[in-house]
Amino acid sequence: MSPPGEEHTTAAVRPYVITRGRAGSSREALPLETLVVASGSALPPHLQPEYRRIAEFCQGLLSVAEVAAHLDQPPAVVQVLLADLIDWGHIVARPPIRVAKRKRADLDLLRKVLDGLESKL
Amino acid sequence: MGLRASSEISLAGTDGTTDADRMTHTIHTTETGETDETGDTDDMADMDDTPVMYVQSSVAGAAKILVVGPMGVGKTTLIGTVSEIKPLSTEATMSQAGARLDTKVRPTKTTTTVALDFGRITLGGELVLYLFGTPGQQRFLPAWKDLARGALGALALVDTRDLEASFDAIGHLEDLDVPFSVAVNAFPDSKLHSEDDLRSALDLLPHTPLVICDAREHQSSVKALISLVSHLIETLTEAP
Repeated sequence: MSPPGEEHTTAAVRPYVITRGRAGSSREALPLETLVVASGSALPPHLQPEYRRIAEFCQGLLSVAEVAAHLDQPPAVVQVLLADLIDWGHIVARPPIRVAKRKRADLDLLRKVLDGLESKL
Repeated sequence: MGLRASSEISLAGTDGTTDADRMTHTIHTTETGETDETGDTDDMADMDDTPVMYVQSSVAGAAKILVVGPMGVGKTTLIGTVSEIKPLSTEATMSQAGARLDTKVRPTKTTTTVALDFGRITLGGELVLYLFGTPGQQRFLPAWKDLARGALGALALVDTRDLEASFDAIGHLEDLDVPFSVAVNAFPDSKLHSEDDLRSALDLLPHTPLVICDAREHQSSVKALISLVSHLIETLTEAP
């Protein structure tokens, strides 16, 4: 397929090239439990296939970890690509509910988790 | 045991999803002691392409709990027992510090990854809880830092046939200041120990909950998680 002499990389290497080595560096990585979903905005025709694949996969809510696992991509790569897609408005994120120690809000969260678990019994 | 022990190592490789699901299934059948279920072959084929189950759109946010312990202790079994999705496998990348440490061993590698099996439970239609199975060995500690950030707490699984194997995981939780409770995964050939003996062997603080569970049992595993969350609430309400 590729003309002779054209540089090509394997599927495993290419995402690292796309992220230009940003995987695991620069801004704080999206936590793996962050929920993401496509915003429904039209994807530009020139969007690279790795981005397109993620944006099209996220038709419903999924965590960053699930996107990585289903697409069989390293989370470090998916985190960077998703962060770009969020910046460009193609993906919206529902950030994880974090615990800051000894806050009232945490107690409410924990009680919700407890109630939810008890309802599974 | 051999299969279980090898699963987490092999998952760190490249072909995560397929191997992970196969291994998960193997673990399950091994630990339940069940013979091949009907449709097992079809099942295996399906696992190559786990169907996507999106989170309900009513869910407003996610929280996470770590399930930690040595290889073969039953982390993936417990996660699979309570999860609404078939446990998935992905990897965590070691932080820079970890990478530097690791270069002493493998100078050609700059990053190291750790296999992570995880599952999901939707709670009350507005919250989703992720359970991340985190291997306990010392060399995986750097990968814990990112994972532990923002975690509600951790459930430390212990196999009484090899208590020492759990020391690293429990030590990491203490070092990282992640609140936890301990669940002894009762294997059929586990010896019975008194709670006091287990507590002193594991050097647990008096307030750390210790429960016995069967990771293959839904009720039992959910109760282990409940013990953790109740402990987290108590810690929060009792804090000055």
